[in-house]
Amino acid sequence: MLNSLRSQLTTLWTILQHSFTKSETVEYPEQKPYLAPRYRGRIVLTKDPDGEERCVACNLCAVACPVDCIALQQGVKEDGRWYPQFFRINFSRCIMCGMCEEACPTNAIQLTPDFEMCEYDRQNMVYEKEHLQIEGTGKYHDYNFYRVSGLAIKGKDKGQAQNEAQPIDVKSLLP
Amino acid sequence: MEVVMAESGMSVFATIGFGLFILLAAVGGAAVLTWFERRLLGIWQDRYGPNRLGPFGILQVAADMLKLLTKHDWIPPFADRMVFIFAPTAIVVAMMMGFTVVPFSPDLYIIDLNIGLLFFLAMTSLAVYSVLLGGLASNNKYALLGGLRSAAQMISYEVFMGLSLMGVVMLTGSFSMRDIVEAQRDMWNCIPQFLGLYVFLIAGIAESHRLPFDLPEAEHELTAGFHTEYGGMKFAMLMLGEYLGLILISCMMVTLFFGGWLGPWLPPVVWFVIKVFIVICFFILLRAAIPRPRYDQLMTLGWKFMLPLTLVNLLGTGVIVLWMEG
Repeated sequence: MLNSLRSQLTTLWTILQHSFTKSETVEYPEQKPYLAPRYRGRIVLTKDPDGEERCVACNLCAVACPVDCIALQQGVKEDGRWYPQFFRINFSRCIMCGMCEEACPTNAIQLTPDFEMCEYDRQNMVYEKEHLQIEGTGKYHDYNFYRVSGLAIKGKDKGQAQNEAQPIDVKSLLP
Repeated sequence: MEVVMAESGMSVFATIGFGLFILLAAVGGAAVLTWFERRLLGIWQDRYGPNRLGPFGILQVAADMLKLLTKHDWIPPFADRMVFIFAPTAIVVAMMMGFTVVPFSPDLYIIDLNIGLLFFLAMTSLAVYSVLLGGLASNNKYALLGGLRSAAQMISYEVFMGLSLMGVVMLTGSFSMRDIVEAQRDMWNCIPQFLGLYVFLIAGIAESHRLPFDLPEAEHELTAGFHTEYGGMKFAMLMLGEYLGLILISCMMVTLFFGGWLGPWLPPVVWFVIKVFIVICFFILLRAAIPRPRYDQLMTLGWKFMLPLTLVNLLGTGVIVLWMEG
């Protein structure tokens, strides 16, 4: 009994000493927390260094998404590039897991250190392509999918990509 | 024993006016205490507490009040309507009545009964009806469990709450609150009656359902205990009663054990308020620091430790008083 009484008094004294310790509270709107560059927040679509949109509408992000919040429709431009006709993310479903970013073969979809996206109306949580698309390159400044991929587009034929060998002409494969 | 009201220096109108003032001051104090407690708990838990609205967040009280006033005054269809409505008023009325016997200074008091202490004990015991009836009338399992616990807690702790004060009465030879304060001129009762103080402190916490002994509402086990079904102003009344109880117990502790209004230099009322403030802070510190005991631990503590301790105190005090008289 005396032992427990002593323990209680010790507790009281310890708590009383906390009158003079600094508060742990971060007073949020005035005092922003530090967010790492790799923080997983609001999702953006980036452009490649030439200013063309990176997304090739392969649908891998929509497949990877565990909550099915991404919807898009593929289209083909006249020069042979693929692009999303629409690209829609429902942020009221999104759990900011970053699976889409990992799945993306062209580094188009990226997560940013921004989480302040509250809305009074739930409809406003659905972001269309024009809301998602940014002008910059995001985390990968030099990457351009069409420069390294083997896909033939206007102005770049097969075998002209970086580190790509000329395609083998099977008909001239003579001894 | 015949109940005698001592002649007050004030006229009848002055007494009524002072009574109304105390009524408002107590309610206002209880309202501010809700904010003050949250701030203080925040400080002791290394955070700020409500600090946004107004200077230091004091307008939080007004915001809370506004919210509670505009809430839908809902009575569950399965509840016992009359009792459900009556329960929250009981605790406020009982606690308010308790304030009548508190002597704030030699001249400032509402009535000075020759059974003041007994009156206080009676009024705090009446407050249990609120919790009990509220729990019963809600017709809800959690509320019933809360009411049940409250009844058991009250029965066990009432016993030695009264007995712990008998030492003070023995030393003074009177139940009158003013006489008790006057008798502490040479030495505050907290020194000769430290056991009584210890027991009264614990019983007082249990009586006002403060954490560590808030088993009737035990948020983690019983959602909100006896006031699970209450909302809006009825809930506010229950909370008000609880905070009034806290202030009343603090006032009593100061009056009985810490020399009431006695103190050098400053006016008596100021001394009284300062002491009450310190005791309230201590109550909040207890809330911040001590975890809630299990229900059976509470009962064991009450019957197997506190009651014998009180009896030992009573016996010792009696022996000393008799020996002093020769």
